[in-house]
Amino acid sequence: MVRIKFRGQEWELKPGLRVKEAIKKVGLSPNAVLAVKGGKLLTEDVVLREGDEIELISVISGG
Amino acid sequence: MRCKKCDQPAVIRMHQHRLALCKEHFVEWVLNRVADTIRSFRMFSPKKKILVAVSGGKDSLVLWDILLKLGYKADGLHLNLGIGEYSERSLDYVLKFADSHPEADLIIVDIKERYGMSVPELAEAKKHGRGRKICSLCGLVKRHEMNRVANERGYDVVATGHNLDDEAATLLGNLLNWKIEYLAHQSPVLPSTYPGLVRKVRPLVRLYERETAAYALVEGIEYIREECPHALGAKSLLYKEILNRLEDEMPGAKQRFYMDFLKARREGLIKLQPPPAQQLHPCEVCGQPTSAPGKCAFCRLWEPGSSSGS
Repeated sequence: MVRIKFRGQEWELKPGLRVKEAIKKVGLSPNAVLAVKGGKLLTEDVVLREGDEIELISVISGG
Repeated sequence: MRCKKCDQPAVIRMHQHRLALCKEHFVEWVLNRVADTIRSFRMFSPKKKILVAVSGGKDSLVLWDILLKLGYKADGLHLNLGIGEYSERSLDYVLKFADSHPEADLIIVDIKERYGMSVPELAEAKKHGRGRKICSLCGLVKRHEMNRVANERGYDVVATGHNLDDEAATLLGNLLNWKIEYLAHQSPVLPSTYPGLVRKVRPLVRLYERETAAYALVEGIEYIREECPHALGAKSLLYKEILNRLEDEMPGAKQRFYMDFLKARREGLIKLQPPPAQQLHPCEVCGQPTSAPGKCAFCRLWEPGSSSGS
């Protein structure tokens, strides 16, 4: 499985999805987050593989 | 995905520009874009002394980093607002950045130390009667202190880290509420219109928030990721969410919305009549410009028993 983390929440998704699809699958906007694996930025076309751990970082700030 | 310039693996794709770039070319692109924004909006010339308002969040630290890389004389101003652990952690990130950039000075103002109350304590003290909400109070305190420090220390311009998403969200809010006065004045440059009123500029207005966050990541700039506890539920966050949903379906929507507004206003296609300019006077306490004779709104805040700073 692929593990997706975002602000204390976690999801497990099947491998084979692209980053953009995974972001949408967990209900977020691809324009509102960055996907990071091992400290490196991932582009939206990267296919997620078994065992990947992806952190989604919110890019939105301000009040 | 490959970098459009060198064919190395890309770290980001920017749909609105139909552009994917590797780390090196993305950093170069950001620096060029900000340099071009500074030039095209005539924000400041290379010899000016710039005071960057740094909160500890990504945008202000990224702005400070970019201005230093572009060779400007840019010092930081951090206001410790006294918002519990959030302010302490914010200060830590600012100090960490400043420590690794010895070529720049950092000025820290502790609001409680200087005026006797932190921003939350001030808001609590003003909550009866027609008291302002804390975010409005906080904004007033920040604007006053940025202007005061810039004047006292001889800075030519104050730069803030507002990005395109901030500006588009503000524009949406102003349109939804038909705030004509704000629409007339919303601009990447707020000129000095009175002695003692320092020029303010927003050099990141042509960068999406996603791009400033990506720049921080690839350049190893650490910043406070959590929101100010008082910002939770803020309308601007809702506007940003809505604009990002639009952007998902229509790449470039945010950019067109904001940049085309500026262009249409500049070309006279949108005619917004601002209210007549108010006569400004120096505040009798701090000397900063104020529209009301006597004390300015900031100085009235600290008077015992006053319920509103307006």
